[in-house]
Amino acid sequence: MSAVFEQIFQVGFLAAIIRIATPLAFATLGEMFSERAGVLNLGIEGIMLLSAMAGFTAASLSGSLWLGVLVAVLTGMLMGALHALFTVALGLSQHVCGIGVTLFSSGLAYFLYRLIFGQQSVPPSITGFKPLAIPLLSDIPVLGPAVFNQFTLVYLAIIAVPLAAFVLYRTPWGLSVRMVGENPRAADSAGVSVIATRFQAVILGGALMGLAGAFLTMAQFNAFTFGVVSGRGWVAIALVVFGRWDPWRSAGAALLFAFVDALQLRMQASGLGQVPYEAFLMLPFIFTIVAMAVMSRNAVAPSALLKPFRREER
Amino acid sequence: MFRLEARTSTPAWFNLALPLLAIAATLILCSGLIAIAGAGVVEAYGVMLSASLGDSYALTETLVRAAPMIFTGLAVAIAFRAKFWNIGAEGQLLAGAVASCFVGAIPMPGYLAMLLMALAGAAAGALVALVPATLRVRFKVDDVVSSLLFNSVIYYALMALIEGPWKDTFSGYPISPPIEDSANFPVLVEGTRLHLGVVVALIAAPLCWFLIARTTLGFRIRVTGENPEAARYGGINVQRVLLSTALLSGALAGLAGVGEVGGVHFQVMSDISPGYGYSGIVVAMLARLNPLGVVPAAIFLAAVMTGAEAMSRATGVPAFLSDVIQGTALLAMLVALLFTAYRVRRVGAQT
Repeated sequence: MSAVFEQIFQVGFLAAIIRIATPLAFATLGEMFSERAGVLNLGIEGIMLLSAMAGFTAASLSGSLWLGVLVAVLTGMLMGALHALFTVALGLSQHVCGIGVTLFSSGLAYFLYRLIFGQQSVPPSITGFKPLAIPLLSDIPVLGPAVFNQFTLVYLAIIAVPLAAFVLYRTPWGLSVRMVGENPRAADSAGVSVIATRFQAVILGGALMGLAGAFLTMAQFNAFTFGVVSGRGWVAIALVVFGRWDPWRSAGAALLFAFVDALQLRMQASGLGQVPYEAFLMLPFIFTIVAMAVMSRNAVAPSALLKPFRREER
Repeated sequence: MFRLEARTSTPAWFNLALPLLAIAATLILCSGLIAIAGAGVVEAYGVMLSASLGDSYALTETLVRAAPMIFTGLAVAIAFRAKFWNIGAEGQLLAGAVASCFVGAIPMPGYLAMLLMALAGAAAGALVALVPATLRVRFKVDDVVSSLLFNSVIYYALMALIEGPWKDTFSGYPISPPIEDSANFPVLVEGTRLHLGVVVALIAAPLCWFLIARTTLGFRIRVTGENPEAARYGGINVQRVLLSTALLSGALAGLAGVGEVGGVHFQVMSDISPGYGYSGIVVAMLARLNPLGVVPAAIFLAAVMTGAEAMSRATGVPAFLSDVIQGTALLAMLVALLFTAYRVRRVGAQT
C-alpha cells in the first residue's frame, strides 16, 4: 500500500493527472455553459470526436498545430450551433437531438477521415505540441515539472477555469446565461433575449468541446483513431452534475476523475494482483454513477434545463 | 419572417408521410457526401438498394441485421413512451449477449437451450436497465446520464470476460468459447443466415404494440409519459410504472443480444454490436415510438448498413456513410415531428 502511496506523489503521476484532466476540464466547462443556459448537450461525445478529427486533419495538411486548434474550435462551434438550432430555435427534445448530433458528428468524422486518409494499417500521425516549461515556475520542486512543464493547451485549461467563473458570475452576459437557465420568462421580461443567449452559450460550449477534441489529437495522442474520445464526452456530462454546474467544482471534479483514471493506469502498469485491467477502466464510470447518486440529493440543476422556450406560449 | 404556430389537429396522412419525408431529406442531404467522395449519387444509392433489397439473399441479410434493431427499437420506443430515457440499450444488449452465451455453452437439448438463452438474456438486459431506473426513482439521478455511462461499464465487463476467463487459450483471441451447436438457432432458409431469432423479432413488434395500445400496463406507461402529474392523481404508481417499463425495455434490448449470439455469431466478441443500441434510438424515433413502425424503420436502417458495404466496395465511398445517414435521419425525423404539432406561418412583412 505504501508503494502505491509513494507513486501518487511522483512528478510523473501528478503530471499525468493534469494531462488527463485537461480535455475533461474543457469539455466539462463547455457542457456547463450549455446547461447553465438550460440546454443539455448530449452531442458532446460526437462534437469532441468531429473536432478532434477536423483539428488533426487541418494540422496534418497545413503543418500548423495552431491552425488545427482553430479548426477544431470552429468545428465545435458549428456543431454547437447545430444543436442550438434544433433545441433552442426549434425547441425539440434535447435528449434525442443530442444523441442525433453525436451520431451525426461521429459518423461524419469517420466518413471524412476515411475519405481523406484512406485505410492505412498504421494510422497517420503528426508531431504534436511539445511541453513548454514556464521559466521560474517550472523550477518549483515536484509541482514545477508536473504543472508548469506542460502543453500550452494545459495552461489554457488552467486559465479557462477562473475565466469561466468570472464570465459566469461577474459579467452581464454570465448573468443572462444564468437567468435564461433558471427562469427564461423572467429573463425575457427583463429584456434578455432567451434564444440569443442560449445560442451563444451552446456555441461557446461547443468551442470548449472543440478544444477538448483538439487536445486529444494534437497533444495527447498525436493521431486520430476511432476510439480517441472513448466516452470522455459522456464523462464530462456526469462531471457537470458532480461539479454542481459550477466552474470551480466542475474543474475539481475533472481533476478527481483524472486522479482515479491515472491511478487506474498506474495499477494496470504495475500489474496489481490478478485484477483484470477492465475493472480499473470501469472504475471511473461506476465512481461517477455512485457520486451522482450521492450528490444528486442536493443537486442544483438549472431549473429550466431541458425546457424549450417559446415566447408566445406559457 | 416565419413563425411556428400550434396546430389544432394533424391530418392522418401527415403522420404516415413524415418518416418518409425525413428519409427523403436524409438521402438528399447525404448525397452531398457521395458527391464529395467523387462517386455518382444515383449509382451509389442504386448499389445500396440492390445490395440490400435486390435479391432474396440480400433481403435475408438485411432482415438478419434488422432483427437486433427491431428489439432495441422496441426497447427504446417503450421506454421513451414512459419518458424513461433509456439510452442504455447498447449495454443491455451486451449483457443479454453475455448471459445467453453463458447459458448456450451448457450442453442440453437444443430447444431448451434456446429458451433458457432467451430468458437469461432478457433477464440480464432487464437487470441492467433496472439500475438507472432505480437510481432515478430512489436517488433522482438523471436516467439519461446513468444509462449512458452504464454502456461503458457493461462493455468493460464484457471485455474483462473475453480477455480473462473466456479467452480462447488456443488462439489467444479475445473471444468467448462458442455456444453448443445444438443451441444454434435454426436457419429458416437454406443457404442464408435467416434464423429463428429474426422471426421472434418480427413477432415481438405486434406483441409490444398490443401491450402498449391495449393493456393496462400499456395505458399506465402512456399516461405516465404524457403527464406524470395526471397519472399520479389518477392513482397510478408512477415509480412502479417506471421500474416495470425499465424491466420490459431492458429485456427487449437483452433479446437483441440473444439473437446475435444464438443466430449470427454463436459466441461473444468485443464488436458483437456495431452500435445497435444507439441505432435503436433512431429506429424508435423514425417509428414515432409506435412498435409497429419499428419494423419498417429497422429494416430501412439495416438496408442502409448492408447496402453501404457493397456501395463502398463498388464506388469507394466510405461505408461510414451509413453512420452519417443514421444521425441525419434522426435529426431529420425530429424536425419532421415538429410539423405534427406546429405549422409554419408567414408573419410580419408581406411581400
